[in-house]
Amino acid sequence: MSARRIFARPARYAAIAPYVWMVLFFLVPFGFVLKISLSETAIAQPPYTPVFDLAAGTAAFREAFAALSIDNFRLLVSDNLYVLSYLRSLVVALVSTSILLLIGYPIAYGMARLPKRWQPVAMMLVIVPFWTSFLIRIYAWINILQHDGLLNQILLTLHLVSQPVVWLSTDSAMYLGIVYSYLPFMILPLYATLSKMEPALEEAAADLGAAPIEVFWLVTFPLSLPGVGAGVLLCFIPIVGEFVIPDLLAGSDSLMIGQTLWLEFFMNKDWPVASATAIVLLVLLIAPLLAYDRLQRRQLEMR
Amino acid sequence: MERHKLSRFNIASLTLGLAFLYLPIVILVIYSFNGSRLVTVWGGWSLRWYHEFFNDKAMIDAAWMSVRVAAASATVATLLGTLAAVALSRGEGFRGRPLFSGMLYAPLVMPEVITGLSLLLLFVALNAERGFWTVVVAHTTLTMCFVAVVVQARLGSLDRSLEEAAMDLGCDPVRAFLMVTLPLIIPSIAAGWMLAFTLSLDDLVIASFTTGPGSATLPIRIYSEVRLGVKPEINAICTMVIGLIAIVIVVASLASKLSNDRGESAAPL
Repeated sequence: MSARRIFARPARYAAIAPYVWMVLFFLVPFGFVLKISLSETAIAQPPYTPVFDLAAGTAAFREAFAALSIDNFRLLVSDNLYVLSYLRSLVVALVSTSILLLIGYPIAYGMARLPKRWQPVAMMLVIVPFWTSFLIRIYAWINILQHDGLLNQILLTLHLVSQPVVWLSTDSAMYLGIVYSYLPFMILPLYATLSKMEPALEEAAADLGAAPIEVFWLVTFPLSLPGVGAGVLLCFIPIVGEFVIPDLLAGSDSLMIGQTLWLEFFMNKDWPVASATAIVLLVLLIAPLLAYDRLQRRQLEMR
Repeated sequence: MERHKLSRFNIASLTLGLAFLYLPIVILVIYSFNGSRLVTVWGGWSLRWYHEFFNDKAMIDAAWMSVRVAAASATVATLLGTLAAVALSRGEGFRGRPLFSGMLYAPLVMPEVITGLSLLLLFVALNAERGFWTVVVAHTTLTMCFVAVVVQARLGSLDRSLEEAAMDLGCDPVRAFLMVTLPLIIPSIAAGWMLAFTLSLDDLVIASFTTGPGSATLPIRIYSEVRLGVKPEINAICTMVIGLIAIVIVVASLASKLSNDRGESAAPL
């Protein structure tokens, strides 16, 4: 038996503790979300009528099963508020992911072309904001965008506008906040693939007569597609469920689904509807989540 | 041979990109030292808002709660995340492995409102009293996945013939791991702990769901203040948090440099 195989057995036992933890605190909780999304709202603490009572035996179990209701899901489909906020979330995620790709790609490309010894520095500079608090970074923008903030000051001094522009509580502020917060998530996977690319490939294409633009579209971009995929998924999935940024920077007239869920939960205390909202959101994200999982696994196998 | 040609376009996009990333933070730090209450007026350099923070009992309590939660959850997460990384990179195939890796990668991108809500419902069903420990469990669940990714990246780049040599020379696998592998991956484990610490310190959404009355974390306090408008005191708090994180990053990058010097490339995070 090879050393590698002997090593593998105790290594497998290492999985037990994290496995149990993740099943208990990641997988099982989804069961509760599903269960409560099927129960009815009650004005009580906790604010739902329990569906299953394991102690009551199978008869009660069957009875409870009959009482399961899909009313919450019916509400989600019939009420415009929910349909609209799902749509808005998808649109916002799509638009901001496209902007992120457009801005992030040139930056990652520039990083990959830096002299080798400068690349770790550039990477560090991109990572540092990722470590800095999300909330603080959004707050920094509120400072700049508010009515008498720096941006309006500059615009007024330059006489570009005659009176302060309303920036906060607009969609542009929200997009700015999202792009700002997620930029490192887009740049890093792009940089990872671009920096591993063999420069000889681009040189060969150029030697064979391709114009720089053609080299980019025919060689560089297709080869960077794994990085594009990772970056797009890493941004798109969390943005769909984003709460903090639209809450602090966008107006309150149209909500994203994360905000709707938050309102149902914390303001209306309607846990069943909040759970149903979460289930639908999860279903919408299953395809991108599976794609992301496949990408992750392939990348680790390549190592 | 010139390997990379840096065009003007490359330089422009790099400069603009980095300026975009850093300018707002720099402005925030500068304003935290503004003596004036009005953002429009520069009232000279002053530590006034820092004084204000240190006299704000509720804010201090929240900050202390956050630091305790972050330290506790980062420690448990590092332990569990490292074990998970070892199992994934050295365990070859085992039953339930796809589910295991799926559960570890999903929280990295899962919208926080879903993770927070589902954990809260679990705690309610278990009748757990919400407060310090429920937030620690919630943050551990999220951050152990990040630790697992960081440590796994390092284990993947490690030369496996080292631990195989140790076993050929008579070490059993556990001893080979403890004496050969572990010392080599310690820097990335440290980096994982620090990443977990800062992620926990930063989290608003999951903490909001899983904490109970009377035990607000710092982001929860900051959030409720920010909703009411800009307050110079918040600038000061944010600057201190940025300072703390900057220290953590310097330590982490020194650790990863150490790991670079000893072996091959370090984890990207």
